[in-house]
Amino acid sequence: MSATAVHSLWTTASGVTSAAPGNSFTAPKIEYTQLMPVLIIVVAAVLGILVEAFVPRRARYHTQLFLTVVAVAGSFAAIVGLAAGGYGTTDAGIVAMGAIAIDGPTLFLQGTILLVAMVALFTFAERRLDPGSNGNRVDSFAAQAGSVPGGEGEKAAVRAGFTTTEVFPLLLFSVAGLLVFPAANDLLTLFIALEVFSLPLYLLCAVARRKRLMSQEAAVKYFLLGAFSSAFLLFGIALLYGYAGSLSYADIANVVDGSVLEIDPALADTMGNDALLLIGGAMILTGLLFKVGAVPFHMWTPDVYQGAPTPVTGFMAAATKVAAFGALLRLLYVALPGLAWDLRPVMWAVAIVTMLGGAIVAITQTDIKRLLAYSSIAHAGFILAGVIAASPEGISSVLFYLLAYSFVTVGAFAVVTLVRDAGGEATHLSKWAGLGRRSPLVAAVFAVFLLAFAGIPLTSGFSGKFAVFKAAAEGGAGALVVVGVLSSAVAAFFYIRVIVLMFFSEPKADGPTVAVPSPLTMTTIAVGVAVTLVLGLAPQYFLDLASQAGVFVR
Amino acid sequence: MSFPLLTATAALPAIGAIATAAVPAARRTAAKWLALFFSLGTLVLAAVVFLRFEPGGDRYQLTESRAWIADFGVRYELGVDGIGVALLGLTALLIPFVIVAGWHDADPLETKSSRWRPTQGFFALVLMVEAMVILSFVATDVFLFYILFEAMLIPMYFLIGGFGDRAHAGTDENAATQRSYAAVKFLLYNLAGGLIMLAAVIGLYVVAGSFSLSEIAEARANGSLEMATSTERWLFLGFFFAFAVKAPLWPLHTWLPNAMGEATAPVAVLITAIVDKVGTFAMLRFCLGLFPEASKWATPVVITLALISIVYGALLAVGQRDIKRLIAYASISHFGFIILGIFAMTSQGQSGATLYMVNHGISTAALLLVAGFLITRRGSRLIADYGGVQKVAPVLAGTFLIGGLATLSLPGLAPFVSEFLVLVGTFSAYPVAGVIATSGIVLAALYVLVLYQRTMTGPVRESVRSMPDLRARELAVALPLIAVLIFLGVFPKPLTEVVNPAVEHTMSDVQKKDPQPEVEAAK
Repeated sequence: MSATAVHSLWTTASGVTSAAPGNSFTAPKIEYTQLMPVLIIVVAAVLGILVEAFVPRRARYHTQLFLTVVAVAGSFAAIVGLAAGGYGTTDAGIVAMGAIAIDGPTLFLQGTILLVAMVALFTFAERRLDPGSNGNRVDSFAAQAGSVPGGEGEKAAVRAGFTTTEVFPLLLFSVAGLLVFPAANDLLTLFIALEVFSLPLYLLCAVARRKRLMSQEAAVKYFLLGAFSSAFLLFGIALLYGYAGSLSYADIANVVDGSVLEIDPALADTMGNDALLLIGGAMILTGLLFKVGAVPFHMWTPDVYQGAPTPVTGFMAAATKVAAFGALLRLLYVALPGLAWDLRPVMWAVAIVTMLGGAIVAITQTDIKRLLAYSSIAHAGFILAGVIAASPEGISSVLFYLLAYSFVTVGAFAVVTLVRDAGGEATHLSKWAGLGRRSPLVAAVFAVFLLAFAGIPLTSGFSGKFAVFKAAAEGGAGALVVVGVLSSAVAAFFYIRVIVLMFFSEPKADGPTVAVPSPLTMTTIAVGVAVTLVLGLAPQYFLDLASQAGVFVR
Repeated sequence: MSFPLLTATAALPAIGAIATAAVPAARRTAAKWLALFFSLGTLVLAAVVFLRFEPGGDRYQLTESRAWIADFGVRYELGVDGIGVALLGLTALLIPFVIVAGWHDADPLETKSSRWRPTQGFFALVLMVEAMVILSFVATDVFLFYILFEAMLIPMYFLIGGFGDRAHAGTDENAATQRSYAAVKFLLYNLAGGLIMLAAVIGLYVVAGSFSLSEIAEARANGSLEMATSTERWLFLGFFFAFAVKAPLWPLHTWLPNAMGEATAPVAVLITAIVDKVGTFAMLRFCLGLFPEASKWATPVVITLALISIVYGALLAVGQRDIKRLIAYASISHFGFIILGIFAMTSQGQSGATLYMVNHGISTAALLLVAGFLITRRGSRLIADYGGVQKVAPVLAGTFLIGGLATLSLPGLAPFVSEFLVLVGTFSAYPVAGVIATSGIVLAALYVLVLYQRTMTGPVRESVRSMPDLRARELAVALPLIAVLIFLGVFPKPLTEVVNPAVEHTMSDVQKKDPQPEVEAAK
């Protein structure tokens, strides 16, 4: 390769080819309006850190809670404003120098993420469930994250009634990353968004109040495997850049399908090299499929879901899935549509093993959080079936499924936080026996969520599954639909098993109690149930929204 | 827009379910009366539907159509044909009896827990099932039907698993395990069937672009919808599988004896007399209506399976030691007759099959509910635990006998008419199948009469010596059902009048004409 054949990273993007750095500086053009949702969250997160530093300890919880709620609500209002202003449809466009795309899918997914963050936030802030330490109300998070589990420092911190209010800014940083992830329109932004949302999540996983060692173990596993997948992603980005000479999705797409206008010598050298493209594309997919939790990149899911504090699990399970599928969709539809046929066998295989693997392994689980983890893997497979459909219906069905699934997930994990015994949450399934006798309402609510997971008609799970399968069938993936319904039948078995356990088994004498939550968690659960039923009975409005939002901008 | 009568008929029990569920724990009796009130109200509305329905009129009457989920191409479309009217009437008729028969079945054993309200739950679930079944009989949108077909599993599942038979008072732990096994088996079989159907439903939409029965029929008639032969066969198989599980057809029947054995008698009636009819009804409406060519293609196999069901179910019924399982196997045999009648593709066979659905519902309800009264008295389901009951409880024995005779299709009782029609209809098209099916009748006589002989006649067993006869509440269940059986046995015209035109429509769907008697042709 000659010296001229080295791509120039910045200059091709801006079109200024000969200028040396510093000679002439073009100020970046930033569309603050379209970026407002993200900016609000980032500013609030930074403010949250300042609150930790300057506000007295006893006022921190309320200040943080207020700040976070206002930020998330404000950001959501900004999304609604943008959508109403037509930025999702007619005025959709690329902003921030090509780094971010604000279009229908972006706004839909950002809205979903913010709503999920809002209801998950309430479970973060819940302080009535734990029996308390020395009269202080405490949440699900460690008194002092830095103290050694079981050590003197921990005891002192518990006695003093400390709580880790840092979780709120961490949550906000994570949300900021999640908002950018599905909107990322070049590979570097994609990678940075991934890291921005992942790092706070690794931390949040580690700060459970109860079972701290397990929580820390989960965080380390998540971090190590996450770092591994990031490396894959980064290497894939490098290869793809080497192939296309650009990081921007649109440029890559042009190179892939051969419609690039000016071919400079460097590009001419590399663009014939399909190995770079295929290996790079596959590695990026690996990184994204890891975040989605698809088989065979799912190994972290059960351990992390089980070990992380349950509110974090609920948030993570719902929001990362939404963001990661959004990013996956954009990558496949905007950057690599030319690869659709090459990737199809791989994606088919991944979808099939994900659906079947998740459903079959879930049968043997005895812990409710692990069970929900495997169920989330199976659901990732269903969503992949919609991703593969490669049609506008495919996009909108995936968007709708993500909306439906995320609320069921947050709601289900919120219910898990309520069932407690002396050691904290009683997550072992045997402890749930007879819950329906003792607390019919909680058991009934959980049953609704399980039925939605199982995809029983009149719940959101069915509407979502139907939308995805219909799109897949229309996209020529009939075989995937058949595998999908078969694995749904398998999956139904273990959801039903939990219902059997709750309603038809005799309660155990030393069984767990159901804690009475504050209005915060009640809101989360009520919203979860309401969304589940509304999307099941009258999904038309949201389907319309999703299909309006189903067009990517290039 | 006229009054949405069909919606109202389905909505009334649904409202009743919510109202019943909301009754406070202490007011158990009020909940029962409320449920009964709503079920009677539904019966009145069903009677109005029956009267407003004009047998000679359009195929689907009292139609309603509203936008629902435009993105899926789904509309809320209702309409009722003669077959639907008959089954809607059956459902509305039987539910009040189910409620009265199950009056005490769901009383809580201990009253200490104030939040656990099994009685309210039981009656609410029964009404919920009624609402969904009625709506599924009048749905003319495939998707709407599918949703109800699946959703009704959930209340049924809770009814089977949550309110078991109290026959095993001593071994409660074991009974609970058996019961939840039966409930899970019921759900998994039917859910698996339903999910296969979901794939076919989606496939149908991809092929036809619509879920509406009328639109698909129109598209077929004017030639704008052409289904490839293999596509039609695959879709047919997807639908048929689900209905064959539900109906149930051998070899997919094994959930029924478990479910009926473990459920209380009223719930067993709900399963076999009402909910399972959705399966056979759907074969007529959806399998034959949507995939006529494939239905004809599958006929030999389906008829063979139906014959196996008839003989196999009857043989196993003869060998049963448990009263409710015996009735369950008898029902499998009877469902074989129904499916045989449907797939014989003659108008007599299909009218017979439709009448059979109604009559089997009523006769099985009579037999099972009286058997339930018997089982509650003795606390056992085993035939061997009874003997000589007719001497201590003659009315009970008498009603049990009439229910049994109806099950074996004694002339003069309603099921005779339908069984005769099915056999004649089958014989004219498939003589060999007709002959084999007749053996089912002989076996029916055997299992019913042996059951009666072992439980009711002979020396009075010590354990039944103090058995009380039927009480007023129980008579109120048994006598009207018997009256209906006799009435329809001697005067089936009101029913045949509405059913026959509907069958003609189905026959024209599959473009079959009745075979002409060969004697005429020979001359």
